[in-house]
Amino acid sequence: MLEPFFRWCEATTIGQAVAQSVWAFPILEAVHLIGLCVLGGALLVVDLRLLGAGLTNQPIARIARHARPWLIGSLVLMVATGVPLFLSEAIKAYYNTSFWVKMCTLPVALAFTFGVRERVARRELADELAGPHAKGRLVGAVSLALWFTVAAAGRWIGFS
Amino acid sequence: MIERFLAWLGETPWSIALLESLYAWPFVESAHVLTLGLFVGTTAMMDLRLLGIAFRRIPVTAFTGRLLPWTRIGFVIMTATGLLLFYSQPLRYYHNVFFRVKVLVLILAGVNAWIFHRGAHRSAGVWDWDARPPRAARIAGAVSLTAWALVVITGRLIAYNWFDCDIQPQPAWVNWMAGCAVAVGGAE
Repeated sequence: MLEPFFRWCEATTIGQAVAQSVWAFPILEAVHLIGLCVLGGALLVVDLRLLGAGLTNQPIARIARHARPWLIGSLVLMVATGVPLFLSEAIKAYYNTSFWVKMCTLPVALAFTFGVRERVARRELADELAGPHAKGRLVGAVSLALWFTVAAAGRWIGFS
Repeated sequence: MIERFLAWLGETPWSIALLESLYAWPFVESAHVLTLGLFVGTTAMMDLRLLGIAFRRIPVTAFTGRLLPWTRIGFVIMTATGLLLFYSQPLRYYHNVFFRVKVLVLILAGVNAWIFHRGAHRSAGVWDWDARPPRAARIAGAVSLTAWALVVITGRLIAYNWFDCDIQPQPAWVNWMAGCAVAVGGAE
């Protein structure tokens, strides 16, 4: 049902330009990985803190507030490089299970991060300076699991 | 000497098994890539703090103290998986231009971290809360960010064989950088 749309994606000017260039795909991939690094760092400082590790002597809300622009910035970079990468091989992606795992998990991860985690980290646990907190731990663990799935499925697109 | 050792290494049964495996190699490679988020990610957050452009109200020693063990765990996984990947195809990587640049930049990143911890970081207690750390710390952060970005980019490009010894002709400088012995039919 969606296949015509994926064919159209691959036929777009950007899709064709990336597919036909020697350097475009590798460079976009490399920048996509730079985005992964920043995203990983911005997520981990908060998730580790929620789990009671890492920057434990700092309030959760403050860490989350400082990490936010880097979280959003890295996501923008990931999308900006991920879309042309996808367009260049949209038909391959259509028949790729890992691609669908990634694309189904991604909106869940985004919704959880900006809907649930953001609220818990910046409001409910705003004054939390001490250690373990059941809700915080759960939120941190779910966030890590969701983003790990997105990243792992993303890497596996290239293998399958 | 090095070439003969690497050629022998690449002929060992485990090296061949790893390279030709259906799942082991992709798993090791995936672990190597995903750990970027942990290792380079936490390093980048610390570097941005050192530059004074992120986490300005969080003390530097929170990053160089409490976050560092996680960076170290990332480093151990990166090194272990990286060595395994090298072991799967030693001679090819040895002659890969991007791999060679990557190793040089890795050394630069290591020296930079060493200088920072021996130098500016010793007085970190004094400027711990400064939104804009002293010049030496900012330089260390900038060098680290640049170096790790280059390591990631060159690391990703190792996968491409554009400049490999068996792809000829190449400009002389490419063959020099890759250490190719071109005269007798390509890689040696």
